[in-house]
Amino acid sequence: MDLSNSHLLDDAVVCTKVDAVINWGRQSSLWPFVFGTACCAIEFMATAASRYDISRFGAEVLRFSPRHADLLVVAGTVSYKQAPILKQIYDQMPEPKWVVAVGACASTGGFYDNYTTLQGIDEIVPVDVYVAGCPPRPEGILDAVVQIQKQLWREPTLKLRDHSGFKGKLDE
Amino acid sequence: MNSTAHYQPLLERFEAASFTVMMGEIPMIAAHADHLYRMVEHLRDEMGYAMLLDITAVDNLGFSHPGSSRFEVIYLFRHADFKRTMGLKVKVGNIDVGLPTISDLYGSADWLEREVYDQYGVPFAGHPTLKRILNHLEFVGHPLRKDYEITQGQYCTQTQDMMDEMKPLLDARGLEMERDNLMILNLGPSHPASHGTIRTLAALDGEKIVAGASEIGYLHRGFEKSCENHTYNQIIPYTDRLNYCSALMNNIAFAKTVEEMMGLTLPDRGIFIRVILAELSRVIDHLVCLAAGLLDMGGQTNYWYLFNPRNDAYDFLSKLTGARLTNSYMRIGGMTHDLYEGWERDLENVLKKVDKGIAESLQMIEHNRIFQDRLLNVSPVSAAEAIDHGFTGPNLRASGVPYDLRFASPHYYYDTFDFDMVVGSVGDTYDRLMVRFEEMLQSMRIIRQAAKNIPGGPINVPHHAVTMPPKKAVYTTIEGAMNQFKLVYEGVKVPRGEHYGAFEAANGELGFYIVSDGSGTPYKVKVRAPSFLHMAAYPKIIEGYQVGDAILTLGSLNIIAGEMDR
Repeated sequence: MDLSNSHLLDDAVVCTKVDAVINWGRQSSLWPFVFGTACCAIEFMATAASRYDISRFGAEVLRFSPRHADLLVVAGTVSYKQAPILKQIYDQMPEPKWVVAVGACASTGGFYDNYTTLQGIDEIVPVDVYVAGCPPRPEGILDAVVQIQKQLWREPTLKLRDHSGFKGKLDE
Repeated sequence: MNSTAHYQPLLERFEAASFTVMMGEIPMIAAHADHLYRMVEHLRDEMGYAMLLDITAVDNLGFSHPGSSRFEVIYLFRHADFKRTMGLKVKVGNIDVGLPTISDLYGSADWLEREVYDQYGVPFAGHPTLKRILNHLEFVGHPLRKDYEITQGQYCTQTQDMMDEMKPLLDARGLEMERDNLMILNLGPSHPASHGTIRTLAALDGEKIVAGASEIGYLHRGFEKSCENHTYNQIIPYTDRLNYCSALMNNIAFAKTVEEMMGLTLPDRGIFIRVILAELSRVIDHLVCLAAGLLDMGGQTNYWYLFNPRNDAYDFLSKLTGARLTNSYMRIGGMTHDLYEGWERDLENVLKKVDKGIAESLQMIEHNRIFQDRLLNVSPVSAAEAIDHGFTGPNLRASGVPYDLRFASPHYYYDTFDFDMVVGSVGDTYDRLMVRFEEMLQSMRIIRQAAKNIPGGPINVPHHAVTMPPKKAVYTTIEGAMNQFKLVYEGVKVPRGEHYGAFEAANGELGFYIVSDGSGTPYKVKVRAPSFLHMAAYPKIIEGYQVGDAILTLGSLNIIAGEMDR
């Protein structure tokens, strides 16, 4: 190797941390799994369509297998009947993973304070971002993606995310 | 039309029966449980009541007196002329015995009876698979009973494997899993093509579906129980979320039913606004159905073409109502406010964009070989089958049955608008989708005529016990303040009685059966949801077709879970 030319690399080498490089990549390639059940799912469809275009934020690769996804978007009401399915899907997603609760129902049960509706998905799975609205506008869902991108920068990449403080109602 | 004479032979033949009339001139015959099966048979075969619209129950715990039975089951029928409607009311003498099933007489009775069993605990003797349908299997009790506390939630820990339903289906076809090399495929409830909340179990022989069973209830949100705990106007936002692709239409259907109970007629301008918004909602609903259906078959460009004009329509609705999807714009006796200045121009812009979207989409698919090969003659539903399953709306018309409430029982001046009923020929997936394309064009014809001829004047019923007084009157006069207080605190008072009102919604006949005890809160509300019955037929009509076909059939039926599961 001709070391006499090494000065040519001076401007081409950047020193950084592994975390920063990996998170830089993760930030623009979130793969959402859309757990869409109700009205909010229709607004998610609008978010994915060309006017709002979620691909501007690198999150357009919608995966319908939880094993391929790292962002669980729960859009819509989750009933007690649906809860074990939500938990199963969350458990099937590989780490690292993030969860967005879209809309009033997913966040708190909304105005369905009754015998059939789960009073917020955070009874079952840990939630990272809550989006207000019934349903939220597509911009709200896009904002949640940006929030996740910001949170993600703080994550150490060589360690698993710590969910040990969370215990869901359906966890053994 | 609904005279007593028409029912005289029925009443004479079954002695214990008595004749009453519900509000809105719909006859209601009280029958004895022992005669129920033969009476229903008579209604179907001799009197021509071809369609079973709905079955529900009323729990009289609140106002029953000693000696009378607690539960009554209500059956609603539609005549083959599609003009006459009638009800049958049967008292449940012994809750452990229940009533005889009529699921062998009407295909639609199967799931309807299961729902009554699930929600009220009334069993139906002889029903092939009497199990819960909306609530999960671990649920204890029956939520629509008056003594069930509304907030009493119950966690569900397991899912069911549904082989208890699949096994009898296979046995009936002489099939065996091992011997015939069958495979069980589970689709949903969380599957991109299952619209989020529908689960279908299919037994496959190669790619061919030999038997199917569906499970619903994943989006059951307790609409009917919530209704019993809110005033009539508070229910409007809940109706938004029945068919959330055309929320305004549900608002209108509910408000119209309650107004019929109160004998109110809207001023002409109010009616015209409702017609315009109902038809715009129909267009939006069909756009979503077609965009999603074509996306399911890989035609993604159609999704962009059809979804973008829908966004333009939502811009119009945002400006008018302050919300995109869930508008809550209607009130009992009218609506919250009048149209804004310059709405005609905005609306016409929306219609132009919808026109363009439809034209672009049709250009791609109308003469497209792949489109036709995949849809033609897939899961056809004959006219007789469609009526037996209780199909309504575009799905029924696709089967060649010319039935549309806008023509059959003209209301809101629909008989004065110049538009055509869109009817298909064989009721396959192709017809179901193409009927929707054409219906959008017809709806836009109505919108343009209504927008051109809309009269001026008030929009709300001028009645202080129904609609809110002007804000100025609330702050400056004692009457205004009192009226406002009473309306908010007690709600609109609806006279005591029962009524079934229906509206031609985007998916079919959206009906409300309401029982009022005279207060500001309904005693009971039952939604006759078109999607519920379309879904009930789905596992039957996909039989004999491939898995890929079944996905498109589901899209073409336009099952909206919010409306189906309520």
